[in-house]
Amino acid sequence: MDTTAPIPPELEALVRKLVDEQVNERLKGVESTLQSLKGQVAQGGGNVPEDRTTLVVFSGEMDTLFAAFTIAVGSASMGMEVSMFFTFWGLNALKKGRTLKGKKLGEKMAALMMPSGPASVPTSRMNMAGMGPLFFKYLMKQKNVQSLPNLVALAQELGIRMVACETSMGVMGLRRDELLDGIDYGGVATYLGDAARSKITLFI
Amino acid sequence: MSCPMPIVKISRAMKDLAVGDVLTVHASDPSFESDIEAWVKKMDQTLQSFQEQGDIQTAVLVKKA
Repeated sequence: MDTTAPIPPELEALVRKLVDEQVNERLKGVESTLQSLKGQVAQGGGNVPEDRTTLVVFSGEMDTLFAAFTIAVGSASMGMEVSMFFTFWGLNALKKGRTLKGKKLGEKMAALMMPSGPASVPTSRMNMAGMGPLFFKYLMKQKNVQSLPNLVALAQELGIRMVACETSMGVMGLRRDELLDGIDYGGVATYLGDAARSKITLFI
Repeated sequence: MSCPMPIVKISRAMKDLAVGDVLTVHASDPSFESDIEAWVKKMDQTLQSFQEQGDIQTAVLVKKA
């Protein structure tokens, strides 16, 4: 067969038509797959991790809080969004001071037994009836390390989202006006909502 | 100045710079070299040079975007 011979126009048109039909048929399949994938992405959009760090701050000692606030402030400085959830002993980091007025006996006792704020929290080891924190404060100052109250203030300045657990506030007899201004309040779902879209989440 | 303050201050200072501007940082934090390398990588910035002289470390950063 002479392959250089011109193809009859009718034949060429027929071939084009057949090829077009085949291609369109296959494209339909690809398009429907693409549509269903797009739908899946849109549905899962809320759970795709953001560049966010979420911390549960459960402990309330100088050393553990220092670690929590260092990671929080560090994350913010690495361009990440940060959420901190304060529950139980961790709430002591958010206290403005100690209030006894208007509290029931049990709540008054809880308030008296607990630190009045980040400046007066104990250390988790070597507390030695309050001597430990004084010693660590001295060492930290000497080594030019930020104090805990400074780190808390810095976290607020950097726009870190701080959420206080209302259930543990209730247990400890803490009212909103005793905690720092400008913080949020919530429960476990609030934490999980942020944690589910975080790349990093820690329990401290 | 100790951890985490160098990266806190650097991230703040970089925000006010224009693309191509140079930021020279002196720090005494012992983890500064490791931290600035991690920071540059995460923030997609450029570390032009890093020098250590005694206790003082000097990093030169160039604002990329």
